[in-house]
Order: sequence, then C-alpha cells, then structure tokens
Amino acid sequence: MYLYPKWIRLWHLINAVLFLILIFTGLSMQYTDMHNSTYTVGFAKAVRWHNGAAMTLTASYVFFVLGNIFTGNGKYYRIRKENFWSDLYKQLKYYSFGMFRGEKHPFPVTMERKFNPLQKFSYVLAMYAGMPVLILSGFLLLFPEVVPDTIFGISGLVLNDVLHISIGFILSIFMIIHIYTCTLGAKPFSLFWGMISGYHRADDDH
Amino acid sequence: MKLTNSRQLFILFALFLICTSSYAAGLRFFHIKAEGQDTVTTYTSPFYEDNERCFKCHGQNTYEYTNENLGRQVKALMFSELIIKRNDFYRSNHKSFSCTDCHSDQYTTFPHAGELRMEQAYNCIDCHGGDEKFARFNFEEIEAEYQRSVHFKLEDEGFTCWKCHNPHTYRINVRNTENIKETILYDNNICLSCHANFDRFQLLTNRSEINIVRTHEWLPNQALHFENVRCIECHAKINKDVLVSHEILPKENAVKRCNECHSQNSILMATLYKFKAREQRRAGFFNGIILNESYVIGANRNEFLNIFSLSILIFILAVIVVHVAFRIMKSRNGS
Repeated sequence: MYLYPKWIRLWHLINAVLFLILIFTGLSMQYTDMHNSTYTVGFAKAVRWHNGAAMTLTASYVFFVLGNIFTGNGKYYRIRKENFWSDLYKQLKYYSFGMFRGEKHPFPVTMERKFNPLQKFSYVLAMYAGMPVLILSGFLLLFPEVVPDTIFGISGLVLNDVLHISIGFILSIFMIIHIYTCTLGAKPFSLFWGMISGYHRADDDH
Repeated sequence: MKLTNSRQLFILFALFLICTSSYAAGLRFFHIKAEGQDTVTTYTSPFYEDNERCFKCHGQNTYEYTNENLGRQVKALMFSELIIKRNDFYRSNHKSFSCTDCHSDQYTTFPHAGELRMEQAYNCIDCHGGDEKFARFNFEEIEAEYQRSVHFKLEDEGFTCWKCHNPHTYRINVRNTENIKETILYDNNICLSCHANFDRFQLLTNRSEINIVRTHEWLPNQALHFENVRCIECHAKINKDVLVSHEILPKENAVKRCNECHSQNSILMATLYKFKAREQRRAGFFNGIILNESYVIGANRNEFLNIFSLSILIFILAVIVVHVAFRIMKSRNGS
C-alpha cells in the first residue's frame, strides 16, 4: 500500500541528514579539545555547520508540522485515551517475546493505522515535545543575550545548554532505536526500502 | 475550555513558546537596566581636608578664583584631563594618599607656578618596585612584561603605565570582587578608553580610524564575548608569575582559535578565573568556577552527565545486541 507520500519521504530524508550533521557537530562542540581533534571538527567549523543545519532543521520542522495540519497525515499521530497503556504493553510484549515465538503482529499497518502504539507514542514525544524544546533551546543558545542570567538561582545559560544537550541526546537515542526497529520488517532492509519507494508491504509490519 | 483536538493543543503550545521567550527577553531587559548603578564610596581619607584644597578646583568641571587684577571672582572651565572626581579618587587604590605625596608642595599655592607643568610623574615601578610589601605582585616581572609588550614600543610617543592605570582613579578589581562581570566591564573600559576613543588613540598613532567592532566581526556572538571576557584574555600572553598578564601581544598573535577557551583545558582558567581557580569542579562541571558568572560551551561539560549519557547509550546498544541475537536464534530455529 502507498503509505509514504513524496513530501513525507523528502522531509524524512532531509531530517535524517540534518540530524546526523547536528549530532556530529554538536559532539564536536561539546568535546572540543585544544590538542586533539581526531574525532571532532574544529570548534569554529562545528558552530557554523551546526547553526546552518539547525536553521534548515527548523524550517523542515515547520514544513512537517504544516504538512501534518493541512494533509491527512496528522491523524496518524493522534493518540486516543482508550486502551492507551494496554496497547503500549501489547506492542512492547510483542517486541520482547511475541515476535520470537512467531506470534502475529498485534497492530498490523493499514491505511488508517500507519504506526503501532509504541511508534505513535515515541514519534509524538519526539516530534511534538522533544523537537520544539530542542529548537527553542537551540535558538536561545544562538541568541544567548536573551537568556535570563539566573533561573531559580541557577545560571540561565547552564540550564538552557544542559536542556539542549539532554534533549539532543534523548533524540539521538530515539534515532538509534528508530533505525534498529526499522530492521524488524520482513527482511532487514525492506522497511528502509518502503521509506524510499513510498510503498509498504503488508508482511513488513514491525 | 476543553481541548478537543491536536490542532488546539498545537496552537496552545505555540502561544506558550511565544510567552516564555518574551518573558525571557523581558527579564534580560530589566536586568540590563539594573546594571550600571555606580556605588558611592564611604571611605574617609586622613588627608581629606588637605586634598580638598586641590579638589575644590580639580574635583569638578568648573572652578572659581579671585582675579586680583580684575578685582572680581572669575568662574572658569577646568581642562577635562585635569579633573579628578572625588568619588573616583576615594575608591581608587591610592585613596589613602595626600595629593602632595606625589605632586609638588608648590601646588598648594595658586596660581600654580608655570614650571610645575614640567614635573616628572612617577611610574608604577618607581614606588612599587623593590618593595617587600608589594613583592607578591611581582611588579618587576610586570615591568619586564610591559617592556616586551606592543605598548612599550609607543613609549617614545608618550605611552606610560598611566595610560591604562590612572593613579588617581585606578582600582584593582579582579582580586577584590566576587562580581566578575564588574571586573570585565572595568578592565575592558581601560582598553576601550583608547581603542574606542579616537581622540585619545590618535595621540599615539597615525592611523586614520579605529573600529574594534569591525575588526572582531569574525567572533560569533561578539557582544556576549565582550561582556563576558576581558580583552586581555585573548590579547595578552599568559604568565603564571604575575596575577594579571601585561604582555600585550601584536594583533596577529592574539587568541583566535575557539577551543583555546571552549575546551576542558580552557585558558580562561589561567586568566580571568585565575583567582578563583582553586575550585576546579562544581556539581560535576569541569571548570565549574566559570559557571558562577558565565557558561562556556566545551569548557563546562558535566562529568556526571557524561557518565550518565554514556551508560544509557551502552545499555541501549546492549539491548539491541541481545535483541539481534534472539532474532538470529529464531531465524535459525525457523529454518
């Protein structure tokens, strides 16, 4: 079934490339060293690339949010209260035990349900909670003069930076898990191929 | 109000973001307004009365005297270079001095004799050199540093210690205050008094203009750097034998590599934070003392967060490895 329209695939590709650039340059800034820059790029270069990629990511995020508002894609992210926890548990149980026992996928992909409950929950957290905080704290790092000197007695800059790198780290972990779970299709690369072609095969559920 | 769909939630969240950023900007604005308040000294000099004989003319913009030839009081403007504000003097390092400790006794008569204009002014080393009382400040090394600095090359044109350390007003900041921002502002104003004031600058150079904003255009967040570090952090050579380095380097030798400050072995710990550097880590932050006043990306990474994040990463990778192992086992059993 044709599940991933062109705009989503384009956004997803841009998002992935930018995220990799941001992780690498972010780590370079955080772990810069005067005498050893084997695994990092220079601080000045890292700042330039990080800022450029972050601006593009912000634009791409706005594109994603608008896309979800004005196309039907937003509906896939809508979380319902009914059976919320039990559905999450079911999916987690499937990943932990069920799939090794040959059980059927509890929430197979349909045109109405693109994401399983665990996917939906993690995607909503990442895209609608993590990303706005990451972008806002990033902008505050770009314009540190607007950050309050102290917030509840703690330096505003410290608090903002720790928030930014923590959310960045959490989203990086999300990305690792996301990439891994995408190998859980019928074949290890079939879901990746789906994100390139736009078509999802029914036996690719993960 | 009941939120019925995610669009309303999104709009609410956007409003929240706008409100928080406006609030943050507002806080900063009010903070800036609160800065710049000058303190008035409460110090009482043992020579107050004596010094008043000078300050009654030199303490403000105008002075009055009786012109015996004209037979009347004359009010005149004081030459700006000769004005010494009482509050500045009585807050300075030399506040306990009498004016005539350094200036000729003959100044007590008015009109002052013309030859007094040729009076030889003291340099710092004249009083502070070779004195046990000042040994810990190592003025001899400061003098040697000065002689190696770019400023010394201008001595024939009239550069002296006084250009930066006006003995009437100069006060040591860095080791007497907890407020590093105040020190930075005070110390940078010393440099800017010439490097951002063309009237003074042209006394020592033939250059047709100065524009430090333009020459520092390459510096990201320029205003924030100017606010949070002193000029000498980048423009003076670090010397562990003196408290504040005085060897101002040629501009091509100034610090330009970001990670000289933005790294765990930040040079700021040997310069701006030298006096407080004993406290190496605070709540797990490397170079934690910097956190009292600022935050330097790369220099203030947190040890606990490093360990915590690495542990999570290892845990996640371990879970993936175990999961992959089970998948391989299952596919072998299946086949």
